[in-house]
Amino acid sequence: MEYFLEQVINGLQLGLVYALIALGYTMVYGIVKLINFAHGDVFMVGAFIGYFGFTNWGLPWPLAIVVAAVLCACLGVLIERIAYRPLRYTARIMALISAIGVSFFIEYFCSLKFMFGPNYRVVQRPFEEIYWSIGGVTISNIQVLIFVTVVCMLVGLQYLVQRTKIGAAMRTVSFDHDTARLMGVNVDKTISFTFGIGAALAAVGGVLFAIAYPQIWTFMGVMPGLKAFTAAVLGGIGLIPGAMLGALIMGQAEVMTAAFISSQLRDAIAFSILILVLLVRPCGILGKTQPEKV
Amino acid sequence: MALKDGKRVLVFIAGVIAVYALVKLLAMTGFLNPYWLRILDQALIMTIGALGLSVIFGISGQFSIGHAAFFGIGAYSAGLVTKSLGGDPFTFLLALATGAFMAGLVAFLIGLPVLRLTSDYLGIATLGFGIIVKVGFDNANKVIPEMGGATGMTGIPQVANFEWIFIFCILSIVLARNLVQSGHGRACTALREDEVAANVVGINIFRYKMLAFVFGCTLAGLAGALYAHRYPFLHPSSFDFLPSIDFLIIVVLGGMGSLTGTIVTAIGWVFLLEGLRTVLGSTFVDYRGVIYALLLIIVILVRRQGIFGNKEYGFLAPVVRRKEGRNATIES
Repeated sequence: MEYFLEQVINGLQLGLVYALIALGYTMVYGIVKLINFAHGDVFMVGAFIGYFGFTNWGLPWPLAIVVAAVLCACLGVLIERIAYRPLRYTARIMALISAIGVSFFIEYFCSLKFMFGPNYRVVQRPFEEIYWSIGGVTISNIQVLIFVTVVCMLVGLQYLVQRTKIGAAMRTVSFDHDTARLMGVNVDKTISFTFGIGAALAAVGGVLFAIAYPQIWTFMGVMPGLKAFTAAVLGGIGLIPGAMLGALIMGQAEVMTAAFISSQLRDAIAFSILILVLLVRPCGILGKTQPEKV
Repeated sequence: MALKDGKRVLVFIAGVIAVYALVKLLAMTGFLNPYWLRILDQALIMTIGALGLSVIFGISGQFSIGHAAFFGIGAYSAGLVTKSLGGDPFTFLLALATGAFMAGLVAFLIGLPVLRLTSDYLGIATLGFGIIVKVGFDNANKVIPEMGGATGMTGIPQVANFEWIFIFCILSIVLARNLVQSGHGRACTALREDEVAANVVGINIFRYKMLAFVFGCTLAGLAGALYAHRYPFLHPSSFDFLPSIDFLIIVVLGGMGSLTGTIVTAIGWVFLLEGLRTVLGSTFVDYRGVIYALLLIIVILVRRQGIFGNKEYGFLAPVVRRKEGRNATIES
């Protein structure tokens, strides 16, 4: 029973990190209907910047997270400007192919020797890991840190989207670009802002991931990225609570598979869930079915 | 274009014989050394696989990014046949048939649920399927020890030579061309252009999606089966995400909807990569991915229709038969 509860907590930890990535996917999809394939790689860049921040540049770790978030936000905006904006009003597949190209570019460019290098790096944690035992279940300070950070980010994001002017603009643009433009919303700026926020969230997720699972390399973003996307689809893509819910389910499913069935099947289970969801309920758990209009 | 259909077929046959004779001549005079002949074989195998994706994505518009998984299924299942039954020509042909059939069968089974999805969702589902297949190859030795699992599969007889590969490449080209120019092919093209409109004019869209998907994946399986007998070391990493992107780049770069473009680009692509490898030396491996990615982005941004657009040339160009008389119409 304790073992099971510990696995639940491990799953929660993983799910919360996925949630930070999934939020970026879901916001971008909501606003431009694009699967931002490069999102997992922004997550990776965030992890590396955070790692350099608290090992090489001597920053305190909270500041390293902020630096990673800011730099990745710039990267996200840049990617949108160069690779997606020229294709925004063409067939959706074109932007998706471009996104795959960007994803590959970031991965392989960062693997070059003058960038991050192709090898695994072991992350020296900026603080000691402390364990508490509560009723036989062990909880670490890293898990608490992840929980608090993710909940704060989520509350902040909900406030931003529901209560501020730029949030209103984001919601407007997600309905219809042309109408939004007529209403005086600067569509380009709003989309750039959305990419920036999404990338910043992914970067925070990346640094937390690097602290929690202290080994990073340039392809580390691929699998979490795909799984977070799966989570976003599972919850209902375009919906912020959906991304959260989907990510928590994915985290549990993966950790439970690894703990009770076989750790080699954890990737397979994630994608089996994806295919199943797409078949049974393509709009996700919280999504609403929309009839196809001609 | 001006030539009549029968004449074009003759020209095509003459061209095929000329290419074959040229390759043999160059090989005999030593102009093409065994290394480059090996690359040529690889280029032809890639062409077969890429033609498959061209039919699925270029002609029918079904976005698949798990093509290498079917290539792998063909390679492994064909390899199993010859590894256990020996490498005489009859077994080899049986292995090729098995590889192609298995890939087609898996495509049919996975297509039943997955092809109901559209556009980018289909892409993600096929991508997920590709990753599941790779995990399967990695762990296959637990069920079938011969498949070697994550360490790779060895012991397949190397029986595919240039002649075999050339014959099957030509065969695939003819098959793909005939499919595309038949009524079925036109239905597939209609599907690509507008699914709803195609449905409204009475095309059973699911059936044609399935037709294109199974056909394309069968070609991928055939290519994989040839690959297994030409380069008899199979490793799961040869069939994961990156090779799938290889096929995708070839189809997009060549021009979606153009078989000519796919063939030319597939051959050009393999030689380009080998050329870069000779020029750049060991740094090539590092830069390979960067070059792939940049090329893909630039093509999409600058020349979205690809090199050939959707034009076909020579033997592959659409056949136009005109009825004589006042009510002249164009038949398929």
